[in-house]
Amino acid sequence: MEKLLNDFSFGLFFWQILIFVGLIFLLRKFAWKPILDSVNNREEGIKNALESAEAARKEMQNLQADNERILNEARAERDAMLKEARQLKENMITDAKSEAQAEADKIVAQAQATIESEKKAALAELKNQVAGLSVEIAEKVVRNELSNKDKQLELVDSMLGDVTLN
Amino acid sequence: MQKISVVRIFMTLALILSSLNLAAKDTEIAEKEGKDGLKAEIKEFIDHHLQDSHDFTLFSDKESGKHYGFPLPVILWDNGLKVFSSSKFHHGETVAEVDGNYYKLYHSKIYKTDAEGTINYDEDHHATNEKPLDFSITKNVVSMLLIGLLMFFMFRSLAKSYKKNNGMPSGVGRFLEPLVLFVRDEIAKPNIGHNYKKYMSFLLTIFFFIWLLNLLGMTPLGVNVTGNIAVTFGLALLTFLITNFTANKNYWGHIFWMPGVPTFMKVVLAPIELLGVFIKPFSLMIRLYANMTAGHVVIMSIVGMMFLFKSWIGSPLSFGLAFVLSILELLVAALQAYIFTMLSALYFGMANEEAHH
Repeated sequence: MEKLLNDFSFGLFFWQILIFVGLIFLLRKFAWKPILDSVNNREEGIKNALESAEAARKEMQNLQADNERILNEARAERDAMLKEARQLKENMITDAKSEAQAEADKIVAQAQATIESEKKAALAELKNQVAGLSVEIAEKVVRNELSNKDKQLELVDSMLGDVTLN
Repeated sequence: MQKISVVRIFMTLALILSSLNLAAKDTEIAEKEGKDGLKAEIKEFIDHHLQDSHDFTLFSDKESGKHYGFPLPVILWDNGLKVFSSSKFHHGETVAEVDGNYYKLYHSKIYKTDAEGTINYDEDHHATNEKPLDFSITKNVVSMLLIGLLMFFMFRSLAKSYKKNNGMPSGVGRFLEPLVLFVRDEIAKPNIGHNYKKYMSFLLTIFFFIWLLNLLGMTPLGVNVTGNIAVTFGLALLTFLITNFTANKNYWGHIFWMPGVPTFMKVVLAPIELLGVFIKPFSLMIRLYANMTAGHVVIMSIVGMMFLFKSWIGSPLSFGLAFVLSILELLVAALQAYIFTMLSALYFGMANEEAHH
């Protein structure tokens, strides 16, 4: 302790305080303040940039979500339209089918009617011919039969017998 | 593992060395006289190195008595200002006569003497001559001025580089900026808290001031500023003053009337806490002084051993040891600056702590 006190030089202490305090004020004005301010500004800038990047990222995300939604909507609309078209097509096909069926039925019915009438006409003609033929045959037979008197009477009798009065 | 083997090599070398010394015992006795003289000279040299000095001597030649270096101005207050060059003392060999007063340099201190330069001693061999107030620009003052100038230009260039380079450091600033940020982020912010800003100038200045002066002490210029009690006293005094002048109510409350303890304990604790206010900066002062002085003494002693051993094993061994210790001292130089700044910040933080009960 005595050595320490003996070593203590007031002059050196005086100069040390003077130089050091002077250095603090000088450096504060010319170095520490500008340095710390610049560093702070830079750090603030970096922080702001990071924040805005984050905001941009979020906006981007929102935009993407919007896009996705619009896309989904469009897809749904397309699906609906396709379905409608398919429905329409099916309807058209069924309609056409039923119409065709109806037409065909009609044609068939007409044909059948025609056939029926033709058949009737034919039958009528056949009947007429058969009737004419029978009359001819009957004429010939009658002519033959009526060549003698007896036979004419016999026939009239038999015919009269056949005809039942109704 | 490697450390152990290195230690082993050193021990083996030491053994060989001692056996060599035993063999050379006879010659040693003959040399003893000279060796003792050399030892005394080394001791004197170390003592002289640890002291402040009125001239900047780079090296001296004992035989021719020549000193190489340059004188520094001596400023005395002795019934008026006396300014003269320290070359008048001729390194303490002659008496300097200024305005009819005679001064003599004795053990790095200036005493007022008569024309013959007689120094009177008391029974403990202390000089009893009158000492004029000495405001000389000594070697340590010059070193501090140099470091102050260096710091100013270094950090001025860093501050300027921000403007030139759009907010980014350039050149040497790239190296300095992380150091400044280290003081801010690792020392000031964690220890002081949110109002760290008003202490930044002091903390940054004291950190680089101590560190650079410690490093300057490692150079062969032979300055020992931070190992001087007056310098560390000044630094610790500033920490003490700033701590107590910026302290808030809560801090003083904790010292004089400790909250949360019984009244009897409050009375007991008050003087202890008050003592702590002075012990804290005192420990700062002693820690820096002791660490730097011890480092200088150890390294210089080991360097001095090279000249004592005068053998082809001993001298390289001392050289290796001095080399390793120098590297250690480089670490200590930064560490002591860090510790001083960190503890100062811690004390500022205590003075600024808000009540949290």
